[in-house]
Amino acid sequence: MIDISHYLTVSAILFVIGVFGIFLNRKNVIVILMSVELILLAVNINFVAFSAELNDLVGQVFALFVLTVAAAEAAIGLAILVAFFRNRGSIAVEDIDTLKG
Amino acid sequence: MTIASLFFYLFAVVLLASALMVISSRNPVHSVLFLILAFLNGAGIFMLTGAEFLALILIVVYVGAVLVLFLFVVMMLDVDFAQLRQGFMQYLPVGALVGIVLLVELILVLGAYTLAPAVAEHVVVPIPPPSEVSNTEALGLVLYTRYAFYFQVCGLILLVAMVGAIVLTLRHQANAKRQNVAAQVNRSVEDSVEVRDVASGRGLQL
Repeated sequence: MIDISHYLTVSAILFVIGVFGIFLNRKNVIVILMSVELILLAVNINFVAFSAELNDLVGQVFALFVLTVAAAEAAIGLAILVAFFRNRGSIAVEDIDTLKG
Repeated sequence: MTIASLFFYLFAVVLLASALMVISSRNPVHSVLFLILAFLNGAGIFMLTGAEFLALILIVVYVGAVLVLFLFVVMMLDVDFAQLRQGFMQYLPVGALVGIVLLVELILVLGAYTLAPAVAEHVVVPIPPPSEVSNTEALGLVLYTRYAFYFQVCGLILLVAMVGAIVLTLRHQANAKRQNVAAQVNRSVEDSVEVRDVASGRGLQL
């Protein structure tokens, strides 16, 4: 049985990599979406690790819900990206300023 | 070092390395492929904790559907990705600073936290022993009873996402030929069949 702190460390590093990726690829929406997926994976690892540590199944149930919402978010995000690319011919973040007042 | 911890370190190292490659790769297609590798190793870590159903769902649904969707979109969009990478080094110091601060904070929390003894007493749904009830069955027994409402809300979220994705990407093409069922059903014999009297030995001009 692996100690829970190992899981928490891995998921903390993964979370930081995800946040770092958002800063690093500020122009590329696709990589930003992928970084968000990494962050959600880190969250799920936390849920599952605590579920095993506390012997409580609810953590796994919640991880399932997080997975569902993440899938919906990715689908909508990519659909918006495709629609935006059709209108503007670009997916650079600084071009997405139509709503700026 | 047991086999389990050996595999844990293997999965963890590959997971973190491929996550780093996701955010630093030049080609977004490589990013997506490394993301697939990261999720596969995440599934391995899930498997080690005993969450077998979630691990397999992660592979089947996440790698099989969501990441392939990413791959399709990356390949479909004709974008100059080299241009999108300009300023990559410019954002590196700020990103590294924020990342290091966040990591130090998380490590400080991880090093200092202790579980309150009351938490262990308030287990909501204890995991049954795997020899009696499999993980999938145990999850189903909880999900369809205690969390039935949340399960249905999840279904609703997926439905809204599906409708939204279709509405966002559907394009009405003016010259596309579509089937109009109402027009087909309302068609009468008078509209479609005409009886002409053809004189013998003559053709018929249409």
